[in-house]
Amino acid sequence: MSESAASTAKKRPEFYNIDGASLISYRWPLASIASGMHRVSGAIMFFLMPFIIWMFDNSISSEISFNKFKAAFNVGMLGLPGFIWKLVALALIWASLHHFIAGLRHLWMDTHHEQVTKDFGRQTAVAVLVLTLSLTLVLGAKLFGLY
Amino acid sequence: MSVNFGSHRLVVGAHYGMRDWLSQRVTAVIMALFTVLVLAQLIFSKGPIGYELWAGIFSPQWMKSLTFVVIASMLYHVWVGMRNVFMDYVKPYAVRFVMHVFAIVWLTACAGGAIQALWRL
Repeated sequence: MSESAASTAKKRPEFYNIDGASLISYRWPLASIASGMHRVSGAIMFFLMPFIIWMFDNSISSEISFNKFKAAFNVGMLGLPGFIWKLVALALIWASLHHFIAGLRHLWMDTHHEQVTKDFGRQTAVAVLVLTLSLTLVLGAKLFGLY
Repeated sequence: MSVNFGSHRLVVGAHYGMRDWLSQRVTAVIMALFTVLVLAQLIFSKGPIGYELWAGIFSPQWMKSLTFVVIASMLYHVWVGMRNVFMDYVKPYAVRFVMHVFAIVWLTACAGGAIQALWRL
């Protein structure tokens, strides 16, 4: 921006050095929520990765370890009741669903620049959130034996 | 030779930005296709899903090799992603450095555990 333009233009807010603390002061339109949740879901899977690998290991290793894997959710493990582990699994189900579906949206936007508008961003963000949350509800209900 | 994009930005160097951006997308596609492959085998199976069926999905050698590729993809994908998150939100260099080191150690250990579990099958 040239100097003459800068003096006549309205003062617009400028953001430098975004950090964790400034996150709460943002406006959060739906596309931002979908984007923020993409990061949150990725971070959840990063920190729970040892548990994911524990599940993978026990579920494929043997019939005995497979039953141990199932018992963690039905009986409990490490002094925690089964429903706590089901909640952890549900968090992982949500995280992987959101990360997968929001990731497809990102890949689509990366390869279809001509379609990307503000409205498109908003509409696809809503689609991601609705699809993710309803699938999480359906799978969560199954996980907790509601049907 | 350097090329200017925009009025000030000089794009030179090792192009690691492009490399990270592209590898994150390529690894994402690999993992997404793998997810569809595993889910399809579960959905189109007959009868209750038990140990035999589940372990059977991962037991062929080609599937082990493919799963190995997916574990490696995940390792790099998560590294790029977590590094982005740390770079955006963690400003003190010392703290960020420690977190980067933690991410590398954490991911390498996890990848090792996953590969070990895979090849015990």
